[in-house]
Amino acid sequence: MSDAPAFPAVPVMLRLFLTPLPLPLLGLVLQRLAESVARRRPQLFARLGAHGGKAFLIDPTDVPFVFRLSPRSDGPTIEPLRRRDQGAWDARIAGPLGALLAMVHGEVDGDALFFSRDIVIEGDTEAVLALRNALDDAELDLLAEAAAVLGPAGDRMESLARRLTPLASRLTGLALTRRDGS
Amino acid sequence: MPNRKTPELVCPAGTPAALRAAVDAGADSIYCGFQDETNARNFPGLNFTPEELAAGIGYAHARGARVLVAINTFSRAGAAGTWHGAVDTAAALGADAVILADIGLLDYAATRHPELRRHLSVQAAAANADAIRFYSEAFGVKRVVLPRVLTVSEIAAINREISCETEVFVFGGLCVMAEGRCSLSSYATGKSPNMNGVCSPASHVHYREEGGELVSRLGEFTMDRVPKHHPAPYPTLCKGCFTAGAYRGHVFEDPVSLDAATLIPQLLAAGVSAFKIEGRQRSRSYIRDVVTSFRRAVDAHASGLPIPAGTLQRLSEGQTTTAGAYRKTWR
Amino acid sequence: MTSSPGITLGPLLFNWPADRWSDFYARIADEAEVDRVCLGEVVCSKRLPLYIDRIPDAIERLHRAGKQVILSSLALVTLKRERLMCGDLAANGDLEVEVNDLTMLSHLSPGRRFTVGPLVNVYNEGTLAYLAQRGAGRICLPPELPFSSLASLSQAAAQEGVEPEAWVFGRVPLAISGRCYHARVHGLAKDNCQFVCGKDPDGLEVDTLDGEEFLAINGVQTLSHTHCNLIGDLEALMQAGVRSFRMSPHSGDMVAVARLVRQAVDGALDCAAASERLAGLLPQARFSNGYLNGTCGAAFSRAG
Repeated sequence: MSDAPAFPAVPVMLRLFLTPLPLPLLGLVLQRLAESVARRRPQLFARLGAHGGKAFLIDPTDVPFVFRLSPRSDGPTIEPLRRRDQGAWDARIAGPLGALLAMVHGEVDGDALFFSRDIVIEGDTEAVLALRNALDDAELDLLAEAAAVLGPAGDRMESLARRLTPLASRLTGLALTRRDGS
Repeated sequence: MPNRKTPELVCPAGTPAALRAAVDAGADSIYCGFQDETNARNFPGLNFTPEELAAGIGYAHARGARVLVAINTFSRAGAAGTWHGAVDTAAALGADAVILADIGLLDYAATRHPELRRHLSVQAAAANADAIRFYSEAFGVKRVVLPRVLTVSEIAAINREISCETEVFVFGGLCVMAEGRCSLSSYATGKSPNMNGVCSPASHVHYREEGGELVSRLGEFTMDRVPKHHPAPYPTLCKGCFTAGAYRGHVFEDPVSLDAATLIPQLLAAGVSAFKIEGRQRSRSYIRDVVTSFRRAVDAHASGLPIPAGTLQRLSEGQTTTAGAYRKTWR
Repeated sequence: MTSSPGITLGPLLFNWPADRWSDFYARIADEAEVDRVCLGEVVCSKRLPLYIDRIPDAIERLHRAGKQVILSSLALVTLKRERLMCGDLAANGDLEVEVNDLTMLSHLSPGRRFTVGPLVNVYNEGTLAYLAQRGAGRICLPPELPFSSLASLSQAAAQEGVEPEAWVFGRVPLAISGRCYHARVHGLAKDNCQFVCGKDPDGLEVDTLDGEEFLAINGVQTLSHTHCNLIGDLEALMQAGVRSFRMSPHSGDMVAVARLVRQAVDGALDCAAASERLAGLLPQARFSNGYLNGTCGAAFSRAG
């Protein structure tokens, strides 16, 4: 077993690169990703039950924007927002991007992140638990999900990306793909 | 001395992914429950549909592991059908055992499904040889999960007097009260382990930052206030910080969790057949790490090697661990 | 034609000095309008030797006053001496035993009549039927149950020939543990507890860090801070088929409390009025009946 995971902040260079990113464009990409996940993984949304209708504010504290996610099975939405424009939400999950990605990819345990205060939750605790549990069961790999959005072209992109990922993960300290299981 | 007796490693799964992770990490048995109030981890986003359980049993059996289905709450008056249905489904899907606590349900299972192996849940709080004998004689219980209030020598004494197997918790959350006999949660929230399968449910939990402190509340009651950057406890009622007379602190139990890895030799010598890991509410990453660690510890002991030192603290609540009631000083 | 519901005085849960213990039961025998009195140690086996020699006199005096005496068993049985205590209770063939842990059943021959205490998990008809067939004549249902469950189980009890009882007065026993909290908060080990629980005749109050009144500890037992008060709900409970009502002893005037319950049960006093008078008797106590309403146990709403 490894030592306690540390989550270094997103490197300054990367943060500077992200800051001017046009949110509408990012939003378009994320929205297509969310819709694709909903099509490919209905069981994730079934597991959320009534909590799917709630608004989750995903707040990676070391990047210049937040995401408002509404994981409805009949039409999920996700929008990137500047932190000052976050609007209304039912539950907020905040922490370094590295911690959030590691949790999505099953690298680390959400409760352990919470006990260590690496992540902070606010608002509807039950909804956060439901989301955490549903994501954990889904064994998501965001790279594979992104490739699926692109269709056949995505396969080539995915294999290229998988070769680059170890390097990118090392440079950024982020769990960019799922590493357990197949 | 190699080839000592190896205990059965019984591991939790709150989701199909966690079940596969546990099997792959070396669990001998996996325990899980249905998506309703029939099991004592009735948490949002957790547990199995009958279809998922069927697939999980298939996955486990193909790899030589067993699946135990926990139906360990107390059925509600006028609604026995839900609990009976859960036992029927577990039997139909080929579960290797059901884990039960309620006398009415034990009676039902023993009568309707005599061939289905019955384990007594820790929720039944059978804490001595007489009580265990009652359950095994009345309902043919083959294994008893012992309450977490006993010392190792008390466990040894029990095993000398009974004929059925015993299973003990070795890792995870620690109930300080006799399980199945605690209504603290419903006193504060209306929802209890016995009736609803939840303790200190997330639906009643609220966190608030206040003057540099994180305040955790359960229902209408403050459970704790911790300074920024200190480990954050989940506001489980019996781990809260309160005042009692001149005392201020954790009246019932510190926010720690159980780690009895170092007691594996003593527990085996006390005649324990199975080691149980708590945590159906935890992630597949947790399951993988804890099961791997205990598989290694149990195998090391079986081959006469020393047990590797504990590496699991960061996964624990309060990030500290205790041997709990197994050592008498705990009381 | 059924008789009027009965009243049970449950076992004293707290550690009172032996003289106070004797005086209390003498007064109950002479003055309290109750039908049954449960005697014995439910919470901590270490306490029993402190007053065991007073029990025979109390039994005799209660019997002379025409009251039934029931011997209560220990709630959590782990030690050898605790198992022997259970055996001793069963060996006392003349008196009915209150089973507070199923350990007791292994000492009672099948068919022998017993009472089931509120600490045994009787949540459904199946469990009730099993215990009835095993000899249960009266079952005090768990205080955690909502009204709908009390009503369903009371009907089932009637069919099984069991008298259903409800917990209507006193701090609610919420949990039992192997660990002694009285010793813990006084910095003592359980084995050398110096009987510090004796300082608190109604338990030691536990408040939250924000000063909310929350729980009370009593050795290895945890109770509610509030006093359960279902006196305002007695009429509804009787209509639902509850046949016996249990009061749990506290340091207040239990004879007066018993009189109020008796008057409310007999219809001599309106239930709501009786509940109001109880508040006058116990000005320090906060009441709860939330379990009955299916909300959180600590809540209190006037019956309406």
